[in-house]
Amino acid sequence: MNEIKFQERIDAEKKIEPKDWMPDAYRKHLIRQISQHAHSEIIGMQPEGNWITRAPSLRAKMILLAKVQDEAGHGLYLYSACETLGISREELVQQLHDGKAKYSSIFNYPTLSWADMGAVGWLVDGAAIVNQVSLQRTSYGPYSRGMVKICKEESFHQRQGYEIMAEMAKGTLEQKAMAQDALNRFWWPSIMMFGPQDSDSPRTGNAMKWKIKRQTNDDLRQDFINKTVGQAELIGLTIPDPDLKWNAERGHYDFGEMDWDEFWSVVNGNGPCNKQRLAHHKKAHDEGQWVRDAAKAYAKKQELVAN
Amino acid sequence: MAENATVWEVFIQSKNGLAHKHAGNVHADDKVMALENARELYTRRNEGSCIWVVKSEYIISSETEDSEAFFDPSNDKMYRHPTFYTMPEGSKHI
Repeated sequence: MNEIKFQERIDAEKKIEPKDWMPDAYRKHLIRQISQHAHSEIIGMQPEGNWITRAPSLRAKMILLAKVQDEAGHGLYLYSACETLGISREELVQQLHDGKAKYSSIFNYPTLSWADMGAVGWLVDGAAIVNQVSLQRTSYGPYSRGMVKICKEESFHQRQGYEIMAEMAKGTLEQKAMAQDALNRFWWPSIMMFGPQDSDSPRTGNAMKWKIKRQTNDDLRQDFINKTVGQAELIGLTIPDPDLKWNAERGHYDFGEMDWDEFWSVVNGNGPCNKQRLAHHKKAHDEGQWVRDAAKAYAKKQELVAN
Repeated sequence: MAENATVWEVFIQSKNGLAHKHAGNVHADDKVMALENARELYTRRNEGSCIWVVKSEYIISSETEDSEAFFDPSNDKMYRHPTFYTMPEGSKHI
């Protein structure tokens, strides 16, 4: 009975709020998806944080700092949304540390040159935006509102990345080669950010029925590719896919096979930076313990003084 | 693992003269930290001229499930709306 009423609300495009009845599987799916999204924002600070001290100008350094700070903010919006489902921030962080919760595999690739800051902003944030714009219409109220806030802030991220790529592409031959190399390394992992193909994505059915997801992985991926090809052409860079070709009949770009063995290998912990990313997060969390303790002790003392 | 910090709800007044509007929440151990965290999280782009924070535990909410019964008393009082009244033809400024 509850379940029928719930589905009727979903079908009528009504948002589900934290205190509303929801099926356990809906709650579980949301916790998994939102926490993975939150962890991605937080772990995603590392590959870019890597270049803050080496940014080539003061302008670039200030922008990168602001961007990384935004990502911390986005992680917090998402943790907040996730907590409304009845799980604590501490549990969420613990699940990340135990490897029970995942984050986007893209952040397990290293950022080797300054051009990678361009590729990450342009492609990784670009792919994230396509996904997040779609998720603004997700059925869970707190998640949807978080996405609206994030989307407002995210487009600066993509533009700053594309600016870096455009600048380097019209720079010296060596700079242009760096930009092309970054595109070569980040292209395939970026389009794999949308997840497995629909035919291999067992959870898609429920997620679409419950309107947690509004578009399938393959539709979002196609949308991103269609948007990005022209941007690469405009700045004279080549997308590393010989099968990439406009298909007038479909009204979409055709593209080549993705390497799913590599995808699953990185998801399962064997990417170039998986261990480093998690170890760094644990270390920062442990080293911050005294700050959390001190804040608590101070709050307690203030209470005693007030009483 | 340490227990959760206190959760505070954040309300932001976007411009002098406007009402404060709910923006989200933050974790913090005391009120000064709550205000500072709210500023860092919700007003990085000049979104506010004033912030309120209040411990989430102090917010009392009506139940969405009971909303029909809860708001029922106002449903049948159409005379509270100006459109309920018939004005003489030609009347102005009313």
